[in-house]
Amino acid sequence: LLHNLPQGFSFENTRRNAVLEANLSEKGYSAPNARKTGTTIAGLIFKDGVILGADTRATDDMVVADKNCMKIHYISLSETFFTLPGVAADADVTTQMMSSNVELHSLSTGRPPLVAMVTRQLKQMLFRYQGHIGSSLIVGGVDVNGPQLYSIYPHGSYDKLPFLTMGSGAASAISVFEDRYKPNMELEEAKQLVRDAITAGIFCDLGSGSNVDLCVITDKTVDYLRGYDQPVQKGMRGGTYRYKPGTTAVLTKTVTPLPLDVVDESVQVMDTE
Amino acid sequence: MISAQAYGGNGKVKEYHYTGPVEHKFSPYAFNGGTVLAVAGEDFALVASDTRLSEGYSIHSRDSPKCYKLTDTTVIGCSGFHGDCLTLTKIIEARLKMYKHSNNKSMTSGAIAAMLSTILYGRRFFPYYVYNIIGGLDEEGDSETYKQDTYKAGGSASAMLQPLLDNQIGFKNMENVEQLPLSQEKAVQLVKDVFISAAERDVYTGDALKICIITKEGVREEIVPLRKD
Repeated sequence: LLHNLPQGFSFENTRRNAVLEANLSEKGYSAPNARKTGTTIAGLIFKDGVILGADTRATDDMVVADKNCMKIHYISLSETFFTLPGVAADADVTTQMMSSNVELHSLSTGRPPLVAMVTRQLKQMLFRYQGHIGSSLIVGGVDVNGPQLYSIYPHGSYDKLPFLTMGSGAASAISVFEDRYKPNMELEEAKQLVRDAITAGIFCDLGSGSNVDLCVITDKTVDYLRGYDQPVQKGMRGGTYRYKPGTTAVLTKTVTPLPLDVVDESVQVMDTE
Repeated sequence: MISAQAYGGNGKVKEYHYTGPVEHKFSPYAFNGGTVLAVAGEDFALVASDTRLSEGYSIHSRDSPKCYKLTDTTVIGCSGFHGDCLTLTKIIEARLKMYKHSNNKSMTSGAIAAMLSTILYGRRFFPYYVYNIIGGLDEEGDSETYKQDTYKAGGSASAMLQPLLDNQIGFKNMENVEQLPLSQEKAVQLVKDVFISAAERDVYTGDALKICIITKEGVREEIVPLRKD
């Protein structure tokens, strides 16, 4: 039964889409694009573990679609793995798939999952889709081999490094890391460094903005610091822009009474303990 | 590593198809972002712009205002391609001097607007990539002239600002609202508030706001900080 089901993506509509796109461009319109978020994400290894950081702006072309979105998603809570979806909407689905796969794999091996295992599964999946899934990710975690940090690109290549940045603000963030990174930093110094790197992306990159989210992972704990820092304050407006009831014009009003009879009455007590 | 796309259905490497001459275009234009706004009331005019100059995902400058003072009664806001903005304002300033020397008086706002129209049309087939808004005061005539509050937004966040101004200044889409004429204080506050909102959602707008307030006393400037992210 399982062999009859089609596997992977269905490419049936590619020919139809190509014809549609040609027709649209004849008239001067263009087909809609997949939304890229434009981002600054960063990770580094410190004395006790790994810190991941991200900004919180999601853009639709050059308009801000979400001022406070979550870019740090967790793969496996019990084993302290977290990944940072980078630059596409594909990231959410990728993370969910990985989360279930990691759970199944660790049940099958009978061992806690390894960061390298997550990286391998992700890169094999991304390579299979030849870059059509536009996710760039940073995977960070602590396992029996110690703290590890990997970056994975949409075509399936990966790097294992002590500090990494990805996204449209990567250049701004990496310059901060290159200046001040040292191996085996203390927790507070490392948090400040990641915060400064993300802040550089927030101010110097138009695709990144709003707040800094941090995630500190050690072998014992995971600390998800949502909204760790807000380097930008929203401007205060001076005027009031409220509308009194009756301001909106009602053009037509139709009232349709619904004749309903009470058929049955039952009471269910809520447990408010 | 050869990618899977190089192989056809039967497993052999596909023939390479040459699709004809490929043209790599050079674009003479760039988009440097920025939003401009002008409001005219009964005895005042405002021209406001943000001060951020961008290109792609980067910021060139956080202090590059887009309002240019032309005379004591006229200010122009220019946004779009910064190269064309600078050239266009240079040309306008030169033409203003020529007019003053030959006619012995300064150009009025309306005359400047008409002249700008001919300058821009002269480049109909290789346009200046500039969004222009002129704000200014005209000399008072002896007779009563019909005036109404006018407002226009241009540049990258214009689509966000214009509908809000239609509602707040033009009282559009509202009923049972007292339609008071716009005072200078309310207009300045409104301009500050709409730019604060535009900076939230438009990545090209931010850093600072510069408002040029034109009254019969002359041109006064106010600078207000905006979001820098």
